[in-house]
Amino acid sequence: MIAFILRRVFQSVIVLLIVGLVAFSMFRFVGDPIENMLGQERTQADVDRLRTQLGLDQPFIVQYLKFLGNAAQGNFGVSYRQGRPVATILAERAPATLELAAVSGTLAVLVGIGMGVFTAIRRNGVASNVIMSLSLVGVSLPTFLIGILLIYLFSVELDLLPSFGRGDTVMVGGWSTGFLTKSGLLALILPSITLGLYQMTLIMRLVRSEMLEVLRQDYIRFARARGLPERVVNFRHALKNTLVPVITVTGLQVGSIIAFAIITETVFQWPGVGLLFINAIQFVDIPVMAAYLMLISVMFVAINLIVDLLYFAIDPRLRIDGRH
Amino acid sequence: MNTPVLSVDALSVEIPTRHGLLKPVDQVSWDIAKGEILGVVGESGAGKSMTGNAVIGLLDRPARISGGQVRLNGTRIDNLTPAQMRKVRGKQIGMVFQDPLTSLNPLLTIGDQLSETIETHLAVGRTEARKRAIAALDEVGIPAAKDRIDSYPFEFSGGMRQRVVIALALCAEPSLIIADEPTTALDVSVQAQVIALLKRICRERGAAVMLITHDMGVIAETADRVAVMYAGRLAEIGPVAQVLGAPRHPYTHGLMGATPLASKGRKRLAQIPGAMPRLGALPNGCAFHPRCPKAQDKCKSDPRPTVQDGAGRAACWFPMEDA
Repeated sequence: MIAFILRRVFQSVIVLLIVGLVAFSMFRFVGDPIENMLGQERTQADVDRLRTQLGLDQPFIVQYLKFLGNAAQGNFGVSYRQGRPVATILAERAPATLELAAVSGTLAVLVGIGMGVFTAIRRNGVASNVIMSLSLVGVSLPTFLIGILLIYLFSVELDLLPSFGRGDTVMVGGWSTGFLTKSGLLALILPSITLGLYQMTLIMRLVRSEMLEVLRQDYIRFARARGLPERVVNFRHALKNTLVPVITVTGLQVGSIIAFAIITETVFQWPGVGLLFINAIQFVDIPVMAAYLMLISVMFVAINLIVDLLYFAIDPRLRIDGRH
Repeated sequence: MNTPVLSVDALSVEIPTRHGLLKPVDQVSWDIAKGEILGVVGESGAGKSMTGNAVIGLLDRPARISGGQVRLNGTRIDNLTPAQMRKVRGKQIGMVFQDPLTSLNPLLTIGDQLSETIETHLAVGRTEARKRAIAALDEVGIPAAKDRIDSYPFEFSGGMRQRVVIALALCAEPSLIIADEPTTALDVSVQAQVIALLKRICRERGAAVMLITHDMGVIAETADRVAVMYAGRLAEIGPVAQVLGAPRHPYTHGLMGATPLASKGRKRLAQIPGAMPRLGALPNGCAFHPRCPKAQDKCKSDPRPTVQDGAGRAACWFPMEDA
């Protein structure tokens, strides 16, 4: 098991190095940053001085290693547009995105698994069929459209919930949270539903089909033949056996929730890293883009690692194999 | 007179389909006494397992009991609510399935699976349930039960897993055990051990056993009486020696002719011409008549219910004479 973890960490490092190369390449190939930074009123001496100062006159490989070394220490340079360290900007923006992602991820997993189990057990019930039909909406409608529809219904027509922003936030030890104020919580509702709806329906449909498969198995029949209560048969025996594929997909989807928060954040003008990234693209703010790329890839790699470890927790057969 | 443990009386099961009503079990009746092992034989699709599932209340929809009664120790159980029936399953009727490799939940230890069954049916706490689980494993001959109880099913061999399955079926001390082809999926060398185990435990506990199989050897070795099913109906039932030695029903006779026995020497086996009809296309009268060497006009129109014949019953107008 230790060997397995080390192997996975090693693979993760390689993935990050490659992503780092892509992120770094942006500096080289998306225009000359010096041009962007100095503007039109400049002398050749200014250009040369800045080029040396930023280390852009050094060979490619040296620059790459330097970039990696800085990135590993959380130093992604200075934003071209805001003139402040990228790391600081990201740290300001991250809580908004992480809180949004946490709420919609939790919502997607809890409601998705719950409704998946329900629709599998009551396979032919009216409620199940209604839920299954509605879930098609969740899978097929694009995120931005869902967001706009929700805004129209709950903000414009019913005037119940705010249509943009985070509401009031409170600083808790350098972390700005919207969990502690009423307006902050209200502001979370629409964006988190918008962001998590696709994942919720996906998880629900997956849990349902896995459950239907498992419920046909002999051990479920045998559990019934032993007179175990339905609740125990469904949750202890059946649900647990569906979890390995469900966790795989859920893990990847939690990654996408953070990565694709871009769209939801744009629709709701949510002050998170996604919105930061969109603005960075408009202004070709390459350090911000590179840092965002690295951040998202670290997140995906970490989630994959956690998913692999969860397999061990669930399936004893893997634990034994790992011992050899 | 003692009440039989299981009394099946004119039990019928039907499955509504688009092409009409199928009757996979049709007017089947038999009793099993305390400590008795009834073997149930027949071809695939003859209704053996369906009868077992009907008794324990695990028919898959849309199949349902359409007639007759099932009594367990004198009490009707075919009309219980699902919640009441759940309390009967496992507690009063234990069931052993065919494939031990798929009968156990791969993600729970065998100790967990035993304990949950014991806690469900007997009013005991966790520690006591665990103690009983170890005793149950001991009883079915799992070596070092105390150390093995926290193992997962995949850590056991097929034969050992079937022992665990038997321990699970028996851990709440049911008075009836339905064993649905318990040895079919096992190695020949392990089959005999598992059969011997089942037989020993039932004798010790005085439980009644309904042993579903298509292995005549297992029947001859294990059962006290044997019931032969054909196309959902009971063809013949009686003591093993009589049914196997001097079968009355021509179908049983044909089956015995087709069974290889060492005593017959190396002669060619007799075969029954044709195949068992599908449930949707049962002939009128006796379902066996198209394949029967003794069939006459009467057989084509009127099926004969089973009638007493010596120590057994047979459903035939023209039963075989003693050889």
